[in-house]
Amino acid sequence: MVSRPLVFSLAVYGAPFSAQASQTAYAFAKALIDVGHRLERVFFYQDGIHAANVLAVPPQDEENLTEAWHSLAREHQVELVVCIAAALRRGLLNGEEAQRYGKPASNLAPGFEIAGLGQLLEAAVTSDRLITFGA
Amino acid sequence: MKNLLFVSRHAPYGTGIAREALDALLGASAYGQNLSLLFMDDGVFQLLNAQNPSKLNQKNLSANLPALPLYDVENIFVHSESLRARALHADDLVLEPKLFKVISSQEVAELMNQQDQLLSF
Repeated sequence: MVSRPLVFSLAVYGAPFSAQASQTAYAFAKALIDVGHRLERVFFYQDGIHAANVLAVPPQDEENLTEAWHSLAREHQVELVVCIAAALRRGLLNGEEAQRYGKPASNLAPGFEIAGLGQLLEAAVTSDRLITFGA
Repeated sequence: MKNLLFVSRHAPYGTGIAREALDALLGASAYGQNLSLLFMDDGVFQLLNAQNPSKLNQKNLSANLPALPLYDVENIFVHSESLRARALHADDLVLEPKLFKVISSQEVAELMNQQDQLLSF
């Protein structure tokens, strides 16, 4: 275990199944928690937001990252935040946004919340480390 | 107040990365931190003047750049080796010379060392 635990936040910009970023970010998240650091927030932006799509059905022999992030977050009190601007333009909606824009369905996975870009900034300011996983 | 450096390394069109980097930067300006912006690698193409992406059905990304000081982004840096590798010159750029500083790889390293966090795009 580390002698001086740090507060980390992650920024994930790559789409699951298209870019390695999402998978690597998840592996990094687990690793930093395992050695005793604290993971405060994971901010999903750009194509990274697809990790929060509850409708994704990956083949059974591939990891379901959406569920994996959810259980990690539940177990270690991690905030999973999806950028609202990035989510809306890519068709990722929670119930409230679906209603606001008159869309027939919502698809934000449990454990994730939709919020503004300010949450990325706040993570940068309040965490000891912000690590970006780009596309 | 923290020192936050946005590093923008992708071309303005072809992917949404540069556009969403700029969105993040403009959003960040509301938080009263010490913001800097560095264009390097293909990111220097974002600065080219006379961009006309209307045939791509895209918004002109460079239209926002001269307004960055209004958003409290006053430290704008351009990596000199990235310009040179792409045969670009400081006078090809959409920003007035007084708005940005061209810096070497060595100075990029120093700039990064002064930051509390890097936001890489």
